[in-house]
Amino acid sequence: MTAIHKEAVIVGGGPGGLAAAVKLKQQGITDIIILEREKQLGGILRQCIHDGFGLTRFGETLSGPEYAQRFIDLVEQEKIEYRTDTTVLSISPEKHLTAVSPQGLLEIDSAAVILTTGCRERTRGSVAIPGERPAGIYTAGVAQTYLNLKNIMVGKKVVILGSGDIGLIMARRFTLEGAKVEAVFELQPYPGGLARNVEQCLNDFDIPLYLSHTITDIIGGARLEAVIVSEVDEQKRVKPGTSRRIECDTLILSVGLIPENELSAGASVALDPRTGGAYVDENFMTGVEGIFAAGNALHVHDLVDFVSLEAEKLAEAAAKFIRRGKLPVCGIKLVTDKNIGHIIPQSISGTKDVTLTLRVGRPLTGGALKLQQDHQDLLSQKFIKLVPAEMIEIKLAKELIKSTSEIKVVIAHE
Amino acid sequence: MEHQYDCIVIGAGVVGNAVARQLSACSVTIAVLEKEQDLCFGTSGRNSGVLHAGFNNKTGSKMARFCVEGNLEFDRIAEELDVPFKRTGKLIVGFSDDDKNSLRAMKAQGDANGVPGLEIVGKERIRELAPFIAGEFAMYSPMTGILNPFIYTVALAENAHKNGAAYFFACPVTDIFYQDGRYRITAGGRNFASRWIINCAGLESDKISALLGIKGHKLYPCRGEYFILDKKAGQYLGIPAYPVPNPREGGLGIHLTPTIDGNILIGPSSKYIEENDNYSVTQDIMDLLIKDGGRIFPYLKREYFIRNFAGIRPKLVGPQEGGFADFVIERRSEAPYAINLVGIESPGLTSALPIAREVVRLIREVEPLKPNPGFDPVRKGPPAFAGLTNGQRRALIQQNPDYGEIICRCENITKAEVLEAINRPLGAATVTGVKYRCRPMMGRCQGGYCQTRITELLRQEKKLAVKEVLYQRKGSNMFTGVALK
Ligand SMILES: Cc1cc2nc3c(=O)[nH]c(=O)nc-3n(C[C@H](O)[C@H](O)[C@H](O)COP(=O)(O)OP(=O)(O)OC[C@H]3O[C@@H](n4cnc5c(N)ncnc54)[C@H](O)[C@@H]3O)c2cc1C
Ligand SMILES: Cc1cc2nc3c(=O)[nH]c(=O)nc-3n(C[C@H](O)[C@H](O)[C@H](O)COP(=O)(O)OP(=O)(O)OC[C@H]3O[C@@H](n4cnc5c(N)ncnc54)[C@H](O)[C@@H]3O)c2cc1C
Repeated sequence: MTAIHKEAVIVGGGPGGLAAAVKLKQQGITDIIILEREKQLGGILRQCIHDGFGLTRFGETLSGPEYAQRFIDLVEQEKIEYRTDTTVLSISPEKHLTAVSPQGLLEIDSAAVILTTGCRERTRGSVAIPGERPAGIYTAGVAQTYLNLKNIMVGKKVVILGSGDIGLIMARRFTLEGAKVEAVFELQPYPGGLARNVEQCLNDFDIPLYLSHTITDIIGGARLEAVIVSEVDEQKRVKPGTSRRIECDTLILSVGLIPENELSAGASVALDPRTGGAYVDENFMTGVEGIFAAGNALHVHDLVDFVSLEAEKLAEAAAKFIRRGKLPVCGIKLVTDKNIGHIIPQSISGTKDVTLTLRVGRPLTGGALKLQQDHQDLLSQKFIKLVPAEMIEIKLAKELIKSTSEIKVVIAHE
Repeated sequence: MEHQYDCIVIGAGVVGNAVARQLSACSVTIAVLEKEQDLCFGTSGRNSGVLHAGFNNKTGSKMARFCVEGNLEFDRIAEELDVPFKRTGKLIVGFSDDDKNSLRAMKAQGDANGVPGLEIVGKERIRELAPFIAGEFAMYSPMTGILNPFIYTVALAENAHKNGAAYFFACPVTDIFYQDGRYRITAGGRNFASRWIINCAGLESDKISALLGIKGHKLYPCRGEYFILDKKAGQYLGIPAYPVPNPREGGLGIHLTPTIDGNILIGPSSKYIEENDNYSVTQDIMDLLIKDGGRIFPYLKREYFIRNFAGIRPKLVGPQEGGFADFVIERRSEAPYAINLVGIESPGLTSALPIAREVVRLIREVEPLKPNPGFDPVRKGPPAFAGLTNGQRRALIQQNPDYGEIICRCENITKAEVLEAINRPLGAATVTGVKYRCRPMMGRCQGGYCQTRITELLRQEKKLAVKEVLYQRKGSNMFTGVALK
C-alpha cells in the first residue's frame, strides 16, 4: 500500500489538536487531517463535566464537553477531515505515520506533524507506594472516566492521595454522588492543585486536606480495607509515631501527570526531563524539523484555555513552515536556575516577541523573576507569591534581546 | 450431584496444569480443581520467568534432575504450546575472591548436573554479553532462558482441556476422605469423587497433605518482592544478570531479569512471613532492591519504575535452617492413591513438565495407564498484533476489524486479543485474567487507558452486572454500584 500525502497531520483530537487544526485551516492550510484514537473528538474534556472551562479563551464559563464542542463545531464548519477510532502507532523522523483503525492500516507522509497527544497519569507503581495490591486503587482520571462516562461508582469510602486538580475535583464529585471522602493527603507542604479548587472542592464540603503526609501502607487482600498514613518531614522522611490507620474501600491517586510521548521516541524527538515533553523552540517545533508539539503532550497545563491558545500559536508557525519549508533558526537557549521547574519554549530566535511559560519548582514568596543575558537584566518582574500549581507567563519583546547568547531565567530574592 | 473422575488434580498453577496435560495423554478422566477464579493466580504468576539451567541445585536432587531436563527440552515445548521463549543465556557476576570461589563451585556443580556450556568469563566477555552490567568476572550459562510464565501456565491448561481435562474454578478443596476405593472431595460447595488425587496446591500443599492423612510437611512462606522497570530500561539488558548467591538467604540473590516482553525485573528479595497470601511490597525491601539492583545495574533510575509485585516461595525449610530442600514428589502408604507434591519452589516453573512425568510414572507403578490415542500436544495461541508486520496486520484487520481497535495504548494490544482472552476455552473471567493472557495493563500507564475498556468488555461478554466485575480474587470487586444520576 502506498502512503497518502498531507500538509499536516494532527495526532490527537483533544482541545490542543482541534484548536491547531482550526487555526491551520484559517491560515489557508487545507490539506490536513486529525487522527484520534477515541470514538469521539474532544480529548480528556469529554469526562470533565464540571464547570470552569473557557473563562480565558471564551470569556464565559463552560463545562469540559461544552468547551470541546465549540471547537468540534468549528472543525465541522471548516470541513476539516478527521478520523476517530484511529490510533497512530508510529511516526518516523521523516514524518511518515502509521495509524490503525478497524478499517485497516493508514500510512501518511506529511510535511508537518503536530503532536497533541495529551498526557497520562502517574500510577501507584511509578511512585512506588508500599503495601498489598487489592482492588479499589484508581488514578483520579480513571475514576473520573468510570463515573462521568460509564456511570459507575468505584467506591463508597474514599481516601485521596495527592492534591492535583483532578483529585480535588473528584473529591467533590464523589461527595455529590453520596460517597464519603475521608481526606486528601499531600506529600508536599503545599497543595498541588489550584487554590480555587482547594476552596470549591474541599473546603466547601468540609473535606480535610493534610499537607506533608503520605501513605505508607495499603491493607486488603481482595478489596482495599484501609490505608496507613504518616506525616513526613522536610526531607520527605516519615516522622516516627505519626502513623494512623484509615478505613476505606477506595484509594484515589492524583499524583501527577506525564506528557504522553510514546510516539516521540520513534520520531527521534528529544524530550526535556523537566517537562516530560519535547524541547521546542518559539514556533513549538521540536528538535525534528516539521514535528511540532503543544498542549499537555508538551507540558502539563492547569487550564484548557492555555492549551487552545498555545495550539493556535503553534498553528500559525506551522502554517509558515508548510508554506516556506523552513522557519527562522532559534539559536538562543533559555536556561533556568533551580527555582524554576521548567520553561517553554527552551529556545528562541530573538527576532520576534515571545511569551514564555514557566512554573516554579516550589512555592516562593517575595522576590523578582528576572531574565538575564550577558550578565544584564533584560527584564525583571516583582512577585509576592509564586506556586508550582500556577503557570506563569512572561512576555519578552524582541527589542530587549541584545545578542544570541543564552538567556537565563532566575529568581532574585529581596 | 457428585462429579466422578479417575484423577483429580488440586491446583491450577503451572505444575497442576502440566500434570493435567501429561495425564491427558493417557486414557483417564481428569478434573482440575482450583480455588481461585482463574488459572495462574498463585506462584506461577509471581516469579522471575526464568528457564533455569540447573546449576544451582544439589547434584542428584530432583530439583537438579528435573530442572536440567525441563531446560533442555523447552525449545520443543515452547514450539508445541506456542509459548514466548528465548534462550538468552545468563551471567552470575562476582566482584571478590570469595565470589570467584563460589562461582567455581557453582560451575562444578552445574557440570556434574549435566548443564551444558558453563564457563567462567572475564570483564571483556561481560561487556560483550551485557554492556550495562557491572562485575569483575562471571559465570556464563548459555542454556538459561526467559519465558512468559502466564502464557506457559495457560497454554498447559488449554492443551490439557483440549485433550479432555475438565476445569473447575472457585473450588477450594476443603475436605477429603477415602471411602469404598474412592476419594470423596468437597470443594467450593461441590462434591467430587476420584480414584487418584494429585496434590499440586502450591502454598497450600501442606494443608492438602494433612487432608490426605500425610503428616510431617510444613511449609514456611518466604516472600520475594520485585520492581518492574519500563521497557525504556529494557534496552539496557538482554540477558539475566545475577549476583553470586548468599547461601544463608536461600534465594538466588537480588537479580535483574529481562522479561520476554522487554521489561526488566529487579528482585526477588527473600523474607519469611507469617501469612501465605500476603503479597505486600514493603518500603525496606524496595530500598534494598534499589541498592542491590543498582550494584550490578548502575543505570537504574526511578523514572523506570512502573510497578511492584511479590511472589511467595513455599519453603520446606524454616528461617532457622536456611538453604534449600528438595522437591517432595511422593506416593505414601498413608495415602496410596495420592501423589503428593510439596515444596515446589524455584525451579518449579522450569521443572513443571518433568515433575508431571514423574507423577505419571508414580501412578504407573500402581496401575497401567493406557495412552490416549487422540492426544494432540499442540496448542496455538492467538496472534499478538504488536509483534506482526504491517502486511500481517492488514490481513488480520481485513478478517476481523477488532484487530484494528487498539485497547492498550502502551503495548498496542487490540480489542480482538482482549475478546479472544475472554472467550477462548478456559478464558479470563477477571481483569487480571485478561492481563495475564494478553498483557494489557502491564505497560507503563498500568491501565490508565485500557482498564475502563477491559472492564466494559468483560461485562459485555460475561454478562456481568457492575458489582460483579472482579479484579482478581474472590471479594476483589472493582465497583460498588452505579452513579446516582
Ligand atoms: C484526567 C484529567 C482531568 C482534567 N480535568 C481538568 C479540569 O477539571 N479543568 C481544567 O481546566 N483542566 C483539566 N484537565 C486539563 C485539561 O483538560 C487539559 O489541559 C486539556 O484537555 C489538554 O488538552 P490536550 O489536547 O493537550 O490533551 P487531551 O485532551 O488529553 O487530548 C489528547 C488526545 O489525543 C489522543 N491521542 C493520544 N495519543 C494518540 C495516538 N497515538 N493516536 C491517536 N490519538 C491519540 C487522545 O485520545 C486524546 O483524545 C484535566 C486533564 C486530565 C488528564
Ligand atoms: C519469587 C519467586 C521467583 C521464582 N522464579 C522462578 C524462576 O525464575 N524459574 C523457575 O523455574 N521457577 C521460579 N519460581 C518457582 C515457580 O514459580 C514455582 O515453583 C511454580 O510456579 C510452582 O507452581 P505450582 O503450580 O506448584 O504452584 P502455584 O502456581 O502456586 O499453584 C498452586 C495452585 O493451587 C491452588 N490451590 C491452593 N490451595 C487449593 C485448594 N485448597 N483447593 C484448590 N486449589 C488450591 C492455588 O490457588 C494455586 O493456583 C519462583 C518462585 C518465586 C516465589
